[in-house]
Amino acid sequence: MSHVTYARFELVRTFRNRRFMIFSFGFPLVLYFLIAAPNRHETDLGGTGISAPVYFMASLAAFGAMNSVLAIGGRIATERAAGWNRQLRLTPLSTRSYFRVKVLTAYSTAVATIVLLYIAGAVLGVRLEAAHWLGMTALLLVGLVPFAALGILLGLLLTADSIGPAIGGTTALLGLLGGVWFPITSGSLHAIAQALPSYWLVQAAHVGLGGDGWGVTGWLVVIAWSVGAGLLAMRAYRRDTERPSG
Amino acid sequence: MTLTLERTQNPAVASSIELQGLRKSFRTPAGIVEAVRGVDVVVAPGETLALLGPNGAGKSTTIDLMLGLQRPDGGTTTLFGRPPADAVAQGRIGVMLQSGGLLRELTVRELVTMMAALYPAPIGVDDALALAGATEVAGRRTEKLSGGERQRVRFAISLVGDPELLVLDEPTAGMDVEARRGFWTAARNLAAEGRTILFATHYLEEADNYADRVVLMSRGQVVADGPPTEIKSMVGTRTIRATLPEAPLETLERLPGVTKAERRGEAIVLVCSDSDAAVRALLAGFPAARDIEIEGAGLEDAFLRLTGDDEEENR
Repeated sequence: MSHVTYARFELVRTFRNRRFMIFSFGFPLVLYFLIAAPNRHETDLGGTGISAPVYFMASLAAFGAMNSVLAIGGRIATERAAGWNRQLRLTPLSTRSYFRVKVLTAYSTAVATIVLLYIAGAVLGVRLEAAHWLGMTALLLVGLVPFAALGILLGLLLTADSIGPAIGGTTALLGLLGGVWFPITSGSLHAIAQALPSYWLVQAAHVGLGGDGWGVTGWLVVIAWSVGAGLLAMRAYRRDTERPSG
Repeated sequence: MTLTLERTQNPAVASSIELQGLRKSFRTPAGIVEAVRGVDVVVAPGETLALLGPNGAGKSTTIDLMLGLQRPDGGTTTLFGRPPADAVAQGRIGVMLQSGGLLRELTVRELVTMMAALYPAPIGVDDALALAGATEVAGRRTEKLSGGERQRVRFAISLVGDPELLVLDEPTAGMDVEARRGFWTAARNLAAEGRTILFATHYLEEADNYADRVVLMSRGQVVADGPPTEIKSMVGTRTIRATLPEAPLETLERLPGVTKAERRGEAIVLVCSDSDAAVRALLAGFPAARDIEIEGAGLEDAFLRLTGDDEEENR
């Protein structure tokens, strides 16, 4: 019994999906060069003390990784549409392994996105200490946990037709309110942003740039979203084997 | 090897499948539909059993309940004497579900390899592909298969884990005649190796040709359970229709192979248990009979007659 083989093909499938490649890798890269390249001499973006190439590299790494991880939902919804979830439940693959492989796949694609953005950043002259690169990557990976849970939840609840727009809307909104496109530092928007996991994901990416990390609030928000979405996803999974029409 | 030993040396388990008093209803916009209304079936190891019934008879729901994909409102299911989840976790079941596609972005061989990796003692991927007649499409992407080819791949997936019990829901749907023949030859070989096979079909012919035993379902209930010949004589009735104005119904009813005679104006309708004998006797006794038509009764009609349930229900 080899889940390695199973996971390998799951990964192969993901990287063969052209639409996924464009949105998870191409999109953040193009955006990065469009936004950061013209402002590459801006050294103090919005009073944050961070240069534009660094700020947007971190933000778009967070945004791209978020997209990659949420795409888990699209894959689950498509499998459900094909009745593949029912087929899988009749194999010895346990529920836990099923989700472990899904999350592993999502994280592999997220890491690929992050590394791509780092390379793009380096191309635009971003230079950081090794400890900073590592620290920010580590916190990013933790910050992605609620998105994995959210992606699984959406994938279990929505149909293959509606999942695309739903995840597109979710990432756009979470990206905007999380401070991907511009720093959110004060006002009511800041209060809202602080309740969102995307805000802390972007903050995580900024840790390596002299940002002040998560603090207690950050950890609480990330844990709350992970647990909340995780529990809802478990409930949705239990109800999912029924055929759409009796 | 070990699987085979277990199969023969486990006298404690007398049945592969045991369904007792299964019930399941669904809430639909049109009201509550009772899909399965008290099904009892016991399948012995090594048996090939056909679940025969028209669409909507509750076959697929029964299979879902049997495999633990849905929870019954009442009754119990055991596979090899234990809850279905145990048998599934041990990789003893291979299933071809009725609806559904395949995982995309993989070739057929990759997909079967991926699924084989989930089982404790799979057969070789090439063997599974060959058994299922899917060798020619092994290198093709799953999204580029025809309906019949997809069925063969699904068959390969169901048997790659070397299961003791194969459950096949309408396995030949979408296959052409030749593919069907190939499919049943393979299924027979699998049965000959001692596997238990349960398949659902709405073709009397398939049940008759390939099963040791037929369980006939109609409207969520088992209406007959026996060897194929018995079931065939129950549902395989034909009717003869002929223009024959002046023949007494009592005489017609006494013709060999006729069970019932009716008059419809100038025409007569004979319900037959043996239409061959009946048509010979009819022509011999009533040379004036013309416009003769012989019709096979649809399964649905046969089921309605069997259940004595002629009232129109909103199903």
